[in-house]
Amino acid sequence: MSGITVNTKINGDPVEFICEADETLLDVLRNRLGLTGAKEGCSTGDCGACSVTVDGRLTCSCLVLGAEAEGRDIGTIEGMAQGEHLHPLQSKFLEHAALQCGICTPGFLVAAKSLLDKNPDPTETEIRFGLAGNLCRCTGYDKIVRAVQDAAKEMRSAKAKSAKTKTAAKKRA
Amino acid sequence: MADTGNPTGIGASVKRKEDFRFLTGQGTYTDDIKRPGQAYAYILRSPHAHAEIVKIDTARAKAMPGVVAIFTGADYDKGGVPCGWQIHSKDGSPMVEPPHFPLCKDRVRHVGDQVALVIGESLAQARDAAEAIAVTYKELPAIVSTADADKPGAAQVWPDAKNNTCFDWHLGDKAAVDAAFAKAHHVTKIDIVNQRLAPNAMEPRAAIGDYDRATGEYTLYTTSQNPHVIRLLMGAFVLQIPEHKLRVVAPDVGGGFGSKIFHYSEEALVTWAAAKVRRPVKWTSDRSEAFISDAQGRDHVSHAELALDKDGKFLALRVSTKANMGAYLSTFAPCVPTYLSATLLAGVYTTPAIYAEVKAVFTNTVAVDAYRGAGRPETTYLLERLVEKAARETGIDRVELRRKNFIPKDAFPYQTPVALQYDSGDYFSTLDIALKRADWAGFEARRAEAKKRGKLRGIGISTYIEACGIAPSAVVGSLGARAGLYECGSIRVHPTGSVTVFTGTHSHGQGHETTFAQLVSDTLGVPFDSVEVSHGDTNKIPFGMGTYGSRSLAVGGSALVKAMDKIIAKATRIAAHLMEASAADVEFKNGEFSVKGTDKKVPFGQVALTAYVPHNYPITELEPGLEETAFYDPLNFTYPGGCHICEVEIDPDTGVTQVAKFTAVDDIGRVINPMIVEGQVHGGVVQGIGQALLENCAYDNESGQLLTGSYMDYTMPRADDVPSIDVATHNTMCTHNPLGSKGVGEVGAIGSPPAVINAVLDALLPVGVKDITMPATPVKVWQAIQSAGSAKAAE
Repeated sequence: MSGITVNTKINGDPVEFICEADETLLDVLRNRLGLTGAKEGCSTGDCGACSVTVDGRLTCSCLVLGAEAEGRDIGTIEGMAQGEHLHPLQSKFLEHAALQCGICTPGFLVAAKSLLDKNPDPTETEIRFGLAGNLCRCTGYDKIVRAVQDAAKEMRSAKAKSAKTKTAAKKRA
Repeated sequence: MADTGNPTGIGASVKRKEDFRFLTGQGTYTDDIKRPGQAYAYILRSPHAHAEIVKIDTARAKAMPGVVAIFTGADYDKGGVPCGWQIHSKDGSPMVEPPHFPLCKDRVRHVGDQVALVIGESLAQARDAAEAIAVTYKELPAIVSTADADKPGAAQVWPDAKNNTCFDWHLGDKAAVDAAFAKAHHVTKIDIVNQRLAPNAMEPRAAIGDYDRATGEYTLYTTSQNPHVIRLLMGAFVLQIPEHKLRVVAPDVGGGFGSKIFHYSEEALVTWAAAKVRRPVKWTSDRSEAFISDAQGRDHVSHAELALDKDGKFLALRVSTKANMGAYLSTFAPCVPTYLSATLLAGVYTTPAIYAEVKAVFTNTVAVDAYRGAGRPETTYLLERLVEKAARETGIDRVELRRKNFIPKDAFPYQTPVALQYDSGDYFSTLDIALKRADWAGFEARRAEAKKRGKLRGIGISTYIEACGIAPSAVVGSLGARAGLYECGSIRVHPTGSVTVFTGTHSHGQGHETTFAQLVSDTLGVPFDSVEVSHGDTNKIPFGMGTYGSRSLAVGGSALVKAMDKIIAKATRIAAHLMEASAADVEFKNGEFSVKGTDKKVPFGQVALTAYVPHNYPITELEPGLEETAFYDPLNFTYPGGCHICEVEIDPDTGVTQVAKFTAVDDIGRVINPMIVEGQVHGGVVQGIGQALLENCAYDNESGQLLTGSYMDYTMPRADDVPSIDVATHNTMCTHNPLGSKGVGEVGAIGSPPAVINAVLDALLPVGVKDITMPATPVKVWQAIQSAGSAKAAE
């Protein structure tokens, strides 16, 4: 069978792969590229375990064809930490034990990051609605909500700090 | 075992060791594993609830591209999947135990039953080929209703099970109960449906069978809570592979909640097929498949009666339950409505006489087995609804009625009339703490305030007990278990003093890699980071019974304590030799051995090194090395209990129930990691709220089709459906295990459903609604309000 050649960017790196026309992006990530962080929980877009970003937009990778990744910028859980240095959301999930079995965790992290990108200071209700597309059967969501609140706070203060440093640097210049 | 103040020891909220790999997407779950040369399996399942298989034509399918092999029931030459628990009926006869072959031979008995195994080069090719298999069915009438299954005229699932009855069992003293009812001042009666649920671990089941021709060894990678049990059941009963030629690996597992305890047909099929096609064979369930092949939970229909004297003291209880087994007997199905359920009917109360009858029925539905709480949520729901109703009927305050009947704190050990002996508990304190935290006293003001906004506010309570820490082998053996339920643990101290822990329990979200490391770090005085916990591989772990029934710490942790006792005993003799002292004079504290009354001491690490480099060593008395294994068989069950309080607000215009507040105060014995404990309660409570308000496996009565076979139909609790949950503990120690721990995995799911429904009914009381079934969905609540309104208007 002849495949489709796709040129895309994954976590900032240019990637070329060949896939079948009916293969989902999730299957390509997991089976062809060895990026198994995104999980299949339902394959109908109802559980969010396969969450990735496509050009910055939160997407269920089970609902996108691999071929549709052509020319896009895909973000997965594997690109969230910088080496051993965890993203603040990952650190706060760890600190609050906002995960148990871990299978839904990559999806929650990708979704939470997408939420905070749009709304850096969400209320508890906004977090609960913002993450309502992701199912978790273990945690009851409580610690996830706390972790996201805490991470948002830390990210805001880091941003404020870096803005301050930039202003100071500008003044010095 | 005391809190030593060690920041990574017992009682500390240590961050979980396992989390880095999960947070970075590096967990290795079964479906993440790719074996060289792996082929993919797809299972063709029955579209009918009940039908004869007239003919299966695979010729066209076999010619499809990429097809490796196709097997049907006619090809399968091995055994059926066994049941692990035998119940005897009232008349002494054993339960009806129908065969359960991994591929159906001549008849399908539920939608999703397994008809053919298709193996392809890719999953897509296997699936395409499965669609080309022509199966001729002769459809038969189906029965799905629990209540109607044993009625005359119901479709018969198995020829040997007359009236679809698997067993008709009883427990308790019927004569004493009848006598107590005869002199009762008041009798409260209730009909209860505990609806069927889908466990829905977020990782669908998966299995990879692998066969090594060179050694004749089989390996099964599977999403299991208990790999050794799978090895035993599949090896000995299904495929006749001896243990030394069969390795079962349960790597990272994405949640279980009971549904991954059982030995499933698919595990046997991929293992069997791997040898046939001489390639690794992988099967991964999709979610639709999970809904029609994972064992489901609950599905009990009960009638209960409570006899009270004039002061509100409970005199006697009788309960009659029908429990749905589904079409086949899953591994532990028969013990769920019997020994895990009826034995808890005393609850936290002093009811002196109890009689329970349980009839188990077969239906054309997916098999039912243990789901978080397994039998105990059913009993707790029945009891707490009944007690609540008794309070309403007698006019006694519902909290007072409970207090009046609590087993007093000084009555332990307490022998119930239904076999169990509770070792410890303090129900008054958990109740008082919960009432305070939930601001029970201030509720009427909140109800009045809600009323002003047009909302109906209610508060509900549940005081519960459960039996877990499963289980004393001799006891469960006498009750029908076909296995021992001890646990095994090994402690390997390495030459440089680091430690690998091998446990027969399995962690699939519970955080054992952290909790057990805390326990070992504290006990042996080695740094937390020097302890690694290994689980889930029968080639690494000596033996194990796995994780379920909130048993891992109480039973598995106790096995580790016993193994560490042996380590310390041996190390003490080595240390005595090094310090030229008598072992009797050597004590071990904070990772150091010292000679009492002297300043002589030697650290644990030096003793470990000496054990492996035995140059100066009592070699005539002791073997080198420092590794010990222990088996721990508990003396009794453990009895966590507590009080859950739920506050809800209902919008009478839409019927939507919002959980405004939830308070859980549990007695779980010794806590190792409070942060992990809190998470276990959160998750359990949300599953309980899910059962009370959202979840239901609905089958069509005529066709036997599962109507709730996807997340668009089966309502899982989402983040915006639930509130944050107030969790506290008030712990009395388990008296018969070395840790004092009771277990926490199931308390949330056991205590919460009646608290929620009692709250819903409390909210609906002013509008005249007296009963509602779970799940109390918006449409059901709205209809109940409407019909109560019309009934009132008609009066």
